[in-house]
Amino acid sequence: MRCRTVKCREVISELSEYLDGELDATLAEELTRHLEHCEGCGIVVDTTRKTIEMYCNMEPAPLPEDVKERLQRALEQKLKR
Amino acid sequence: MPTHLDNEDVLVAEARAGNADSFATLINQYDRHIYRLALNITGNPEDAEDVLQDSFLKAYSNLGQFQGDSRFYTWLVRIAVNEALMKLRKRRGASWVSLDEAGEGDDRSLMPREVEDWTENPERSYAKTELRNILNQAIEKLEPQFRTVFVLRDVEDFTTDETARMLGLSVPAVKSRLLRARLKLRELLNKYFRRGPR
Repeated sequence: MRCRTVKCREVISELSEYLDGELDATLAEELTRHLEHCEGCGIVVDTTRKTIEMYCNMEPAPLPEDVKERLQRALEQKLKR
Repeated sequence: MPTHLDNEDVLVAEARAGNADSFATLINQYDRHIYRLALNITGNPEDAEDVLQDSFLKAYSNLGQFQGDSRFYTWLVRIAVNEALMKLRKRRGASWVSLDEAGEGDDRSLMPREVEDWTENPERSYAKTELRNILNQAIEKLEPQFRTVFVLRDVEDFTTDETARMLGLSVPAVKSRLLRARLKLRELLNKYFRRGPR
């Protein structure tokens, strides 16, 4: 990162709350101003946001057929008792 | 988090009264979500399958304890998380570092080493199945105390408070681990999504 100052460190430590919109408004504004002129921090914020979005949007794979069959069998046995 | 079934309250009540079909409907709605959760936490397909089965069996046996003050899925996840953590402890044996004792590391270690811009729409860089594999493999590389928090918070979309309650952690501990997990995943995924030749 080009400008590894105390400010950059602060951006990283507050990154999660900044992205989640949970940061105090004044501090959030300061970080936004910092991001306008610090390319490195801007990239970290943007790529972290994309990371979170990809995981959030990821649909789970269908349950493997054999796993599903064994689950059904286990439940049928349980229900019989 | 999966879609909430419109008639979920009815299904739960029917299942509690012994209606197996209603319970089967609930299972069909959530089985792949619970399996993914178990796989992400344990990192092991055999353990994940055990967790899946044990969680649903336990849920069926304890349906009477479900008060309806949370979503049925949230209640199910609580059971599955406990089962998955037990598996993890068992498998890791002596090398197990408990979730609340794990070291957080110092803040200097958080500073990203790789800072490269990514393509505009990284999700479109790979086919759906390939993308899912890339994302799951990255999660597996995280230490359990970090991946467990990340999975509940960012994959399952539970709140920080809910995540803290489920794991018996403080809110600051959840926040700290979430930050580390997010930064680590960003770094692990960098090679797949950065601009230019991969």
